[in-house]
Amino acid sequence: MAFLRHIWLIPLLPALGALTQLLAGRRLSNRAVSIVSVGLPGLAFLWALGCFAELLKLAAPTYLTNLYTWLPAGPFRLANGSLAQLNVPVGFQLDPLSAVMLLIVTGVGFVIHVYSIGYMGHEGGYYRFFGYMNLFLFSMLILVLADNYLMMFAGWEGVGLCSYFLIGFYFQRKSAADAGKKAFIVNRIGDAGFLLGVMLITVTFGTLNFQQITEAARSGQFALGNGTLTAICVLLFVGATGKSAQIPLYVWLPDAMEGPTPVSALIHAATMVTAGVYMVARSNALFVLAPKAMLLVAAIGAATALWAASIGLVQNDIKRVLAYSTVSQLGYMFLACGVGAFAAGIFHVMTHAFFKALLFLGAGSVIHALGGEQDMRKMGGLRRKIPITFATFVVGTLAISGIPGFAGFFSKDEILWQAFSSPYGHRLLWFIGWATAGLTAFYMFRLLFMTFAGESRVDAEVAHHLHESPWTMLGPLVVLAVLSVVGGYINWPTERFGHFLEPVFESPFRAAGVQLYGRNDELGLMVLSVAVALAGLGYAWLIYVKRPGLRERLAEPPGILHQILLNKYYVDELYDALFVNRAKNLGNLLAAFDLAVVDGGVNAAGWLTRTSGDLSRFWDKWVIDGLVNVLGFGIKVLSYPVRVIQTGVVQTYAFFIALGVAIFLGYYLVHFRP
Amino acid sequence: MSHILTILTFLPLVGATVVAFIPRTATAKIRWVALVTSLVTLAWGIGLFLGFDLHHPGLQFVENYPWIESPPVAYHLGVDGLSVLLLLLTVFLAPLAILASWRSIGERVKEFHLLMLALETGMNGVFVAQDLFLFFVFWEAMLIPMYFLIGIWGHERRIYAAVKFILYTMLGSALMLVAILYLYNATGTLELPAILAQLSGPAPPISPKGARWLFLAFFLAFAIKVPLFPLHTWLPDAHVEAPVAGSVILAGVLLKMGTYGILRFCLPLFPEASRQFAPVISVLAVIGILYGSLVSMVQPDLKKLVAYSSVAHLGFVVLGIFAFNPMGLEGAIYQMCNHGVSTGALFILVGMLYDRRHTRLISEFGGLSSVLPVLGAFFLFVTLSSLGLPMLNGFVGEFLIILGAFHRRALYGALAATGVVLAAVYLLWMYQRVFLGEVRSEKNRALADCSGREKLILTAMAAVILGMGVYPQPFLRRLDQSVAEVLARVQPGEEAALVFGSPKGWNDASRVATSSATTFHAPWLLPLPGPERERGPLDLTRDSRRELRDAAPAELKGIAGVACTPGEAPRAGMNRR
Repeated sequence: MAFLRHIWLIPLLPALGALTQLLAGRRLSNRAVSIVSVGLPGLAFLWALGCFAELLKLAAPTYLTNLYTWLPAGPFRLANGSLAQLNVPVGFQLDPLSAVMLLIVTGVGFVIHVYSIGYMGHEGGYYRFFGYMNLFLFSMLILVLADNYLMMFAGWEGVGLCSYFLIGFYFQRKSAADAGKKAFIVNRIGDAGFLLGVMLITVTFGTLNFQQITEAARSGQFALGNGTLTAICVLLFVGATGKSAQIPLYVWLPDAMEGPTPVSALIHAATMVTAGVYMVARSNALFVLAPKAMLLVAAIGAATALWAASIGLVQNDIKRVLAYSTVSQLGYMFLACGVGAFAAGIFHVMTHAFFKALLFLGAGSVIHALGGEQDMRKMGGLRRKIPITFATFVVGTLAISGIPGFAGFFSKDEILWQAFSSPYGHRLLWFIGWATAGLTAFYMFRLLFMTFAGESRVDAEVAHHLHESPWTMLGPLVVLAVLSVVGGYINWPTERFGHFLEPVFESPFRAAGVQLYGRNDELGLMVLSVAVALAGLGYAWLIYVKRPGLRERLAEPPGILHQILLNKYYVDELYDALFVNRAKNLGNLLAAFDLAVVDGGVNAAGWLTRTSGDLSRFWDKWVIDGLVNVLGFGIKVLSYPVRVIQTGVVQTYAFFIALGVAIFLGYYLVHFRP
Repeated sequence: MSHILTILTFLPLVGATVVAFIPRTATAKIRWVALVTSLVTLAWGIGLFLGFDLHHPGLQFVENYPWIESPPVAYHLGVDGLSVLLLLLTVFLAPLAILASWRSIGERVKEFHLLMLALETGMNGVFVAQDLFLFFVFWEAMLIPMYFLIGIWGHERRIYAAVKFILYTMLGSALMLVAILYLYNATGTLELPAILAQLSGPAPPISPKGARWLFLAFFLAFAIKVPLFPLHTWLPDAHVEAPVAGSVILAGVLLKMGTYGILRFCLPLFPEASRQFAPVISVLAVIGILYGSLVSMVQPDLKKLVAYSSVAHLGFVVLGIFAFNPMGLEGAIYQMCNHGVSTGALFILVGMLYDRRHTRLISEFGGLSSVLPVLGAFFLFVTLSSLGLPMLNGFVGEFLIILGAFHRRALYGALAATGVVLAAVYLLWMYQRVFLGEVRSEKNRALADCSGREKLILTAMAAVILGMGVYPQPFLRRLDQSVAEVLARVQPGEEAALVFGSPKGWNDASRVATSSATTFHAPWLLPLPGPERERGPLDLTRDSRRELRDAAPAELKGIAGVACTPGEAPRAGMNRR
């Protein structure tokens, strides 16, 4: 049990890589950076294989271990009145579901790391790129290995952060920085929903541990359609729509293509964006008790699948087509979860990881060959120039289009069958999925033909440097191409994959489900979906290969419908007008309010105080002081005559005395003369 | 009686005295004396933190001497978990603030450091004083150095800001002084524990109506300090105009005095009134969160942006306090520390940009990551901590607060969660405009990246941010006892009855014994055998891990199969930490 006991090493290994690169990477040579940052994920993959082997040998389906208590909260009273104490540990859980995710993340992650050696070899910030990629693997592994919702949330936010870093990897470019910020903020809206779901779980169950919540949910104490559980599921699903790019929060993913192509392959196709599917599947015990939430999941999934596929029909940027295709395929996965076919959803997560990583890396190889060109209107005829890329790309396209024999066929067909036949399913859901399959085949073959078939529309300057990619890039393509073929046979002809996951998804309702449709129905539907895929293929061939004059037609002004699709239904503009600008205006309004009213009140109080001070001063100076002054002045005036004679000069006094004496003497002499 | 707290409080003042005797031209010597003093104080504070007894009820390290005979004022010091954390925060930020001013303060160096050290004494005093008179003395004494720090070393509108700051605070102080005098008149004592005993006794000397008025008087004084919406407008001005060290101390410590006061005085002294006013205050706190975030979003000035983000963050703290449950309270106190570290770091970083460019306008920057990669990386790290990224400190506090608020009233939690989204918006948008994109202004092309001193400051802060996010237990556990005591007053008979140390509590040995049988299979609720608990948290987790390892695989295999009825599972969880 050596591997399982130290399962914490799996996330730790890439974390060490990230630490090395981000702290000391600048001083390392590119070679050393590659050895550390590709070697450690490789080791993690090996360790994961060891864990997987040991898990198969365990009698129980689940292995649990925890390191230490991370976050304690409480005690508090639950809704039902009992007391609870939340102790969230740094704990790991390996069961069939997380094992599948673990192998996808480490396996595909490792392959894409190898590819990046070639792809990023000539880019600046090589160490920074690998530091972020390693950090991403760490966060993603925390997400899938967590044994509780809060730690999952930690990984969830961590992958969002790394996505932010990597989308904005070329941060000098404004569009890249914008796209990174958009991704993080749109994700955060979803995260707020997730967080509230976590809160509601806490106050309902008193724990965040998956195992305990699942047991409580399956214990039968919650009725089917329980309001609280429905609220929890809807909140969790809001989180999932953010991370897994579903309506209405899908807008960030196409913009995320600003990042380097290996990032698009690993994060925005194979692993991170499937985290929402994983989370819903992980919460399956709750979802099956909330049929309304299930319907919401299925409806949003189906709608997103169709919506994104329709936008993908007309895009000209090779990576954007793939981005919308990812959104669309994620819709399929949610459709599966929504109709209760969690295993089918996870199966599609796996096959999609193979063929979508392959397609993105193939697109990367094309872009690499063309020196950075991403516009398919400037490609064409590349099949002879880069044959290995072409061959693997064909495999990927066949797989995603659902052509029998390739991995995507098995998983997509399972989803469509379940959408039709499951007790949660509906024919309309099946129909949307079926129609989307046709669109998928069309836009993927359109991409293939525009890129590789026909005449070359490549600029002369670029054509001159055209070259096949190095083996570090082609090797991963070949590996993924093989997986894109054999991946499907894991679940065929016997349902090995489904049985393996059964302990996670066992549900009392499944057993009770009535088998409405038989094997013939399944075969009939299969024929229909193959037919629609071939129709899409044929139509693409007709337009982009058979009919001449492609170059001219591409230059023509597009029609109205085309225009709407090309502008992605103007959703970005709508969101800008509705939310972004409103929020900014509100912020400005409040800032003005703060300055004018709140602070204005404070300043007014200050002014009032000062003014009353001024008034007092005026009163003092002119009234009170005035009175005193008037009094003083009066006395001064009155005393003036008196003061004049009081000179203090003795001679004057003597003079006046003498004068007085003289006056008296004169008077006497005049009147009393004898 | 030991003199640990006296030494902690007055050590900076001793340093200030030494500084006073150094000639004003010997600036290097002055700086070093101030720095060393604050570092020694920090070491002393860490010692206090480690020596703090987790299970001891009430105050610790008490010093109590009569000081004035009539009115009977005592020199009464003591700390509980709340004080210990805030003291640690204070003594941690002080040396960093001094270090951050190493180059930017060039004038009146002697006065600056004198005042900084005096300020530290004042702040420490506020957190240790247990006598209302003494508390008020420290509270007022601390304002004076701050006034001068803003007024002398501040920016353009420093006089306006300093006067506004002092008047605003004084208004609150006056109300508090009246309330203190009223309390003295009613109880005949100024010592907090004695007043508390009288008020919680069978015949409280204050009528409910009187208590309401006293609550309001105290609360207004503290709410201004916090600042709670709509009393916040002194804060942007004071923060923007203050020098770096002033902003750090203002945001880091002074704002916390408001929330400290609420926890120390308002809640325990007037529990009835607290409950009555809680809805209004919670609504104001939520408004503060959203309002502060939205206003922060559109600020053109970096410092003002950070200042308004403080309004939002402190809104979280107040919301947590008035959730009246252990999660909310512990989260609030934790968030007080987080905000001190993260926002302090943000102010230091903005100060570093200001040192280089002499502007704080966001529009002047852009693309700085190419020129200043190290500074940009630190800035991003702190920004992430401020927006509550899990595994960094901010998340722990915000999660606990939102959980507490959600538990009290789901709507509060939902609105607070919106604040989390807005935090990402304003912080990342700011980061993008300052650090990402192309370098637009020629003036930004030749800036020097972080010096060794700056790296030292930022590394220390980053380490604390990460440590508090990954392993919050040592801090949270020190709060259990204090939070339980506050809750016992505010919510008698409710949650408080369960918390650590109380006789009916969940850690009662017999209870652990009875519950252990049902919980053994769930490792994350692993119960602790009695004697092991004594060893403390570190051993505890190590032991549970070892136990797990020994038990594997037989025990672990059973996990999936063990039925754990939800009624029992939570109770088993009482084996906290």
